[in-house]
Amino acid sequence: MSLSRADRQLAVLLRGCALLAAALVLLILLFLLKESWPVLQHIALIRFVTDASWHPVEGLYKLTPMLSATCYSTLGAVLLATPLGIASALFSRYYAPSLLAGCYRRLIELLAGIPSVVCGFWGLTTLAPLIGHLHPPGVSLLTGILVLTLMILPTVALTADSALAAVPAAYLRGAAALGLSRWGLIIGITLPAARSGITAGVMLAAGRAIGETMAMLMVAGNVVQQPHSLFDSVRTLTANIALEMAYATGDHRAALFVSGLALMFTVLLLVGTAELISRKRRYV
Amino acid sequence: MFKNALATMLIWLTAMMVSGVFVWLLSDILIPGLTHLSWAFLAEAPTNAGRSGGIGPIIISTLLILLVAMLTATPLSLATAVLLSEFTQHDSVVGRLVRGSLDVLAGVPSIVFGLFGNAFFCIYLGLGFSILSGGLTLACMVLPILIRTAEQGLQSAPNDYRLAAAALGMSRSATLVHLLLPSAAPALIAGLMLGIGRAVAETAALAFTSGYVDRMPDSLFDSGRALSVHIYDLSMNVAGGDTNAYSSALVLILLLLIINSVAMSLAKQWLHGSVVAYE
Amino acid sequence: MSEVERGDKTQMNAAYTLGPLQAGPPCCDPEPLIRVDNLSLHYGKKPALENVSLDVYKGCITALIGPSGCGKTSFLSVLNRMTDMIPDCRVSGNVHFDGRDLRHPALDVQGLRRDIGMIFQKPVPFPLSIRRNIELPLREHGMSKQADLNEVMQQVLQDVGLWDEVKDRLEFSALALSGGQQQRLCIARALALKPKVLLMDEPCSALDPISSGVVEDLVQRLRGKYTVVIVTHNLAQARRIANYAGFFWIKDQRAGCLIEFGQCKQIFEAPAHELTAAYINGNRG
Repeated sequence: MSLSRADRQLAVLLRGCALLAAALVLLILLFLLKESWPVLQHIALIRFVTDASWHPVEGLYKLTPMLSATCYSTLGAVLLATPLGIASALFSRYYAPSLLAGCYRRLIELLAGIPSVVCGFWGLTTLAPLIGHLHPPGVSLLTGILVLTLMILPTVALTADSALAAVPAAYLRGAAALGLSRWGLIIGITLPAARSGITAGVMLAAGRAIGETMAMLMVAGNVVQQPHSLFDSVRTLTANIALEMAYATGDHRAALFVSGLALMFTVLLLVGTAELISRKRRYV
Repeated sequence: MFKNALATMLIWLTAMMVSGVFVWLLSDILIPGLTHLSWAFLAEAPTNAGRSGGIGPIIISTLLILLVAMLTATPLSLATAVLLSEFTQHDSVVGRLVRGSLDVLAGVPSIVFGLFGNAFFCIYLGLGFSILSGGLTLACMVLPILIRTAEQGLQSAPNDYRLAAAALGMSRSATLVHLLLPSAAPALIAGLMLGIGRAVAETAALAFTSGYVDRMPDSLFDSGRALSVHIYDLSMNVAGGDTNAYSSALVLILLLLIINSVAMSLAKQWLHGSVVAYE
Repeated sequence: MSEVERGDKTQMNAAYTLGPLQAGPPCCDPEPLIRVDNLSLHYGKKPALENVSLDVYKGCITALIGPSGCGKTSFLSVLNRMTDMIPDCRVSGNVHFDGRDLRHPALDVQGLRRDIGMIFQKPVPFPLSIRRNIELPLREHGMSKQADLNEVMQQVLQDVGLWDEVKDRLEFSALALSGGQQQRLCIARALALKPKVLLMDEPCSALDPISSGVVEDLVQRLRGKYTVVIVTHNLAQARRIANYAGFFWIKDQRAGCLIEFGQCKQIFEAPAHELTAAYINGNRG
């Protein structure tokens, strides 16, 4: 490349900055490992599942209740948000008149922008008392699932929207020429064609749900127990870290870092799979 | 025929339900929040653990943390985006490495950033609970967003400009400064906006890096409580703190709206100033 | 007679007659300004040009004719090292400009592009004001005094015949100009750097007939002061304006090559190669 001297110097500077940005991930991994190391050294990983309970003071590190809470809340939220999000995307793309569609899309974008602490606060002050009327206490797995759904619905809706937009217009014209009804078109042609984009969106949303801290901290109850019903109070892995970081020391603190690492890897797995799916864009 | 009608009804129902919940949420925050919102509230310091008084120092802390985060992240992300867009081939090793690691960074949950920020900035670098720690942690979080949008903005500049400028013997840096960056300005601003929005909404990472202290910070090395952390504290740890929590939540939402509109008008101004818009 | 009228008249003449061929070139230099010797070009594995040798004489207009895909644009890109910007592009052979080896890796390419300017097929005015379009490259090459900049700008805009049309709207966007005006602006921008050679890649093909005539007229007036290498599909245009012509063709469905090169009169009236004759007469290509 025929770069002038000034350009070559600029390129060196830019490369340095870029490598610094790239190295951040490694730095994070490094420090997480460094802080986890004390406990990983003398506690087998299996103990995080087989210990009697979560009592770090007494050297017991059973994370299963927290893991279950995270799993159930994420599952519940994804099960609710996926159909609602896809329906929202279908609404703004195929059912609503264009002005309404624009407003609705804007509404979803605004919903996406609401901070998690505000969503959690609303859940705590409005949803939890309502659910408490149904079945005390109000702060429970169910409340957590509902607030999480609200938070990840925009992710599903917006990615589904762009996936639907990418369906070639030729398919739609062909289907219309065959006399398919609007729903027939959607269920038979559009959704299958947008399948990979929508799946990627759902996985991203799941990743977000797993990593969500503040909302779960505020509305799920924070009791360390294996959930047996939707109305039980639970503590997710993220809430656990947030609550106990303030006063944890030594092995306890290191155990929290271990759960942080586990979180990071799970979310990365989901996000990575989502990337792979969306890259191999297949058309039915 | 029946399925079609049912589907249409369900979809409209969904849209109405989602809109309804959104309006419910906003009005639940706005109405109680507005009743206690006042200029005094915005300026005074919190008293009685935040039950009374205002959020003056908290707003200052929040703005300072934002400032640190954006001042650190913006040059770094711009430089990286310029490298990815202008100085590397699309499938080069450096390009793939940088993009891959940024994708990974974008997926890290915010509590993990809190853990990292605490371990690295507060303890290892010795900054302790401070605005600086919080701001630098946030900078790490918004870096992928800023870089992604900046790179997209630069890529969208027409390639004709690069060729014509090269044919005139202009250096890459001159082409960048006079043609490509102005052309990418709207995307850059939009990215900045997205980044600020994410940063302001962040709670978990800040709780462990910038701390809980709710008085006016003396310096960047002082601990400071961000608005989102304040809302959390008032609602969870302070009995009777709900009233002020509502007002604080309202202020947070308003802050986000203001940042959004300021950024939009900045983008319009910049466009008219240096680069004359397309006809 | 205004520019537009004169352009119109040339265009009208061209519509009904082929116009007189240019008699002998006003070149007194027996030494060519650019010598190309055995130039070959590959994009990755695909050959684009094979063994092209020709000379470009100072002050003359050299037309490169031939159908699409014969490597004429690629050939042009070698002359100002624009091929450097294309990844996976390999160039071999010798090119000498004014005695210097143009392909030497240590050559100051920015300086080279000041001496050899390029005009593209689609006009590429920058999204800036007309004034800034011309001042930007000048400033980059070192000129800083506003008085000097104004003088050069006025001079080149007058040279291309744009001055009267735009002198009252220099601060307005260049994108508001018509296609023909934009192309003339691009030529003015290149002329501002005081080049020795102007490379033009089908400068008129993206323009309407009237603008095309005006730009062609401008190119003719560059003869003598500047050396022009122009790629054109328009045989009539080449016949009208060129001193020398080079005919490109595709060899064996693969790479472009130079079939014949010589003085314009000879190429058009008495081509040596049968392929040239066939192309000129419209029997091939």
